[in-house]
Amino acid sequence: MKKTLIAAAVTLAAASLSTQAMARETIYIVGSSTVFPFSTAVAENFGRTMGFNTPKVESTGSGGGMKLFCAGVGVDHPDITNASRRMKASEFDKCQDAGVEEITEVKVGFDGISIANAKSAPQLDLTLKDVYLALAKDVPDGKGGFMPNPHETWKDVNADLPDSKIEVLGPPPTSGTRDAFVELAMEGGCKSIPEIKDLKKSDKSKFKAVCHGVREDGAYVEAGENDNLIVQKLAANPNALGIFGFSFLDQNTDKVQGSKVSGVAPTYDSIADGSYPISRSLFFYVKNAHVGKIPGMKQYVAEFTSDKAWGPEGYLADKGLISLPDADRASIAAAVNDLVPMSKPE
Amino acid sequence: MSNEAVSGPGAPPRRAIDVVNASLKRRYAKERRFRFMGATAVGLGLAFVVLLFADIIGKGYTAFQQTYVRLPVTLTEDILDPAGTRDPQTLAMANYMAPIRKTLREMYPEVTARRDLRRLYSMISVGAPQLVRERVMADPGLIGTTQELWLLADDDIDMLMKGHIDRDAPEGDRRVKDDMLLWVDRLLGQDRIEKRFNTIFFTHGTSREPELAGIAGALMGSFYTLALALVLSFPIGVGAAIYLEEFAPKNRWTDLIEVNINNLAAVPSIVFGLLGLAVFIGFFGVPRSTPLVAALVLTLMTLPTIIIASRAALKSVPPSIREAALGVGASPLQTQFHHVLPLAMPGMLTGTIIGMAQALGETAPLLMIGMIAFIVDVPGGFTDPSTVLPVQIFLWADSPERGFVERTSAAIMVLLGFLFLMNLAAVLLRRRFERRW
Repeated sequence: MKKTLIAAAVTLAAASLSTQAMARETIYIVGSSTVFPFSTAVAENFGRTMGFNTPKVESTGSGGGMKLFCAGVGVDHPDITNASRRMKASEFDKCQDAGVEEITEVKVGFDGISIANAKSAPQLDLTLKDVYLALAKDVPDGKGGFMPNPHETWKDVNADLPDSKIEVLGPPPTSGTRDAFVELAMEGGCKSIPEIKDLKKSDKSKFKAVCHGVREDGAYVEAGENDNLIVQKLAANPNALGIFGFSFLDQNTDKVQGSKVSGVAPTYDSIADGSYPISRSLFFYVKNAHVGKIPGMKQYVAEFTSDKAWGPEGYLADKGLISLPDADRASIAAAVNDLVPMSKPE
Repeated sequence: MSNEAVSGPGAPPRRAIDVVNASLKRRYAKERRFRFMGATAVGLGLAFVVLLFADIIGKGYTAFQQTYVRLPVTLTEDILDPAGTRDPQTLAMANYMAPIRKTLREMYPEVTARRDLRRLYSMISVGAPQLVRERVMADPGLIGTTQELWLLADDDIDMLMKGHIDRDAPEGDRRVKDDMLLWVDRLLGQDRIEKRFNTIFFTHGTSREPELAGIAGALMGSFYTLALALVLSFPIGVGAAIYLEEFAPKNRWTDLIEVNINNLAAVPSIVFGLLGLAVFIGFFGVPRSTPLVAALVLTLMTLPTIIIASRAALKSVPPSIREAALGVGASPLQTQFHHVLPLAMPGMLTGTIIGMAQALGETAPLLMIGMIAFIVDVPGGFTDPSTVLPVQIFLWADSPERGFVERTSAAIMVLLGFLFLMNLAAVLLRRRFERRW
């Protein structure tokens, strides 16, 4: 009994000592679950071809990644964090306070969010306003106030749409995809309604509550973070729509089709040129202080920003990443190569 | 109930047997209903279990096979070892994809456009060269010869061979295009493509390419985690149980401790993860994503289970054993360790195995301590970054490539297999050693 306790204590102490003394040989990456599939693909290729250890990539979510990344400099802290949004000013300040001063921002590409249904059902052509009116918790009642969403079918929302029940499977609030969907699609649709647009100027928090509230009466089903499951459910239920990242649509084009949004279907090209409205940029952030200390940092970043990875023909495109335009890629790759530190974001 | 009590003077005599007979039908019906409901409940439960297993096995069994393509690869010296030194360093860094691609070009001379060539090359997995390298490194004499090599096929081809890709779908909706179908059909006609047992699944760590992904890393991670958790939790749990049950005075403090232990058994496991994050990682600086920190967290989680089971096992040892031992002059410590503990051990082990099985399937607390990570290398110790089986399943279930669907189910089958074995061990232990008084 006593011996075990002592043994346990010794293991603990030894473990904590050894990490502090030991230099890390493996790159440590944290951050967004959206960038995770791309980051891991790069990590694996990097490990396979460059002769370094394969980096450890942890999926913590964008916010969680920033928190770990900005905790300090040293082998206990991650070297790179992935994000499906830009670093916030508050996060940048936190980094500065903890001594993480020079950070290189790398924009890696776009991610589209698709609203899809089964192949057996007709392809829908939605506007952002339709999406908002179908999924918002409260909608304008036409008298200057708001009422709980009364729409039962897509026809109620827009007379041009089919007379089928509104049933949308989507990610839960903990998901980055949900954040982006709410911000890009719901808020986008919200703004197209004049009376709400005025609200933005007069009462910002009310505007946010109105535009970001997703209905909870069963029309929007939180299907968990598992996008594969949503695809399976869509194939079984032609009436339902699903919301998930473009990479899942790309892998399952034989089962599901993406609805057009504002007349544009989610394809590689339409997301890349920005005409498909529900898309966001993906980033990763490099801790410059660790470059040179942790072996392979520069090579990893070079691998990520090489055309064979992030180019339109690269292996990340196979995984569903939408490449940046050629000129942007060239300028970002050059800046990253010199590790130009970012300035404080707005 | 007596006869007189229910029979009135004018009315015909009502005997108890009449009352019973009158209600008999109703009572039988009630019983039948209850039996029916019970049987339905059991049947429903079984049906769900069968459904679950059928779904998992139906989806997952194909993952135990993997498509390979047999190609006559000429291991040209000019490409692999231009200097002719056979230096292991050179051989390790050589480009083994080049000879494979050359073979493909020779087999399909009609393919010339760059785009088509890319598709042709993509039929062979990016992991195939690694396997060739291993062969060549083991036997450098192969250089310069032409070998018929079984090469790993890409996951899209694998999915096609397994029937997960619909050949009749319009070309635009298919990941495997028409020309690829023709190429595969030609390989099929030449007996150059076949499904073989998927050893990679059991010998490799995870990968972003479904055909290269294996569970060895997660299995080893689970093994190290459970081994350490067992070493930590069994002695502490059994020790705590013996002290509380046999030695501790019964007062308000021990009551409080008992209530707390029972409560801890019901605490959601994610809370232990948060605790582990704050205490072990935040305060003690134990490295994240390692079996060490996972084992510490899981130890905390399983301790209440083990303590409760162990105390129940101690309670079931009859007092006469203790009294007899004390009566012949054994000290209390000797009584416990020589007589009571051996008799209680089967029950304690059963509780421990069940606790360990619970720990094996646990995901939630591990999410907090950095176990959802992409780790390719198979961990070799308690402080290597690693992941565990349930977390690996979670990660694969979330991967877009279709090849991961079957691999997810296959990993679930492996996990269920281990859980089944552990529970079976618990049952056998109980059957074999349990004594009834």
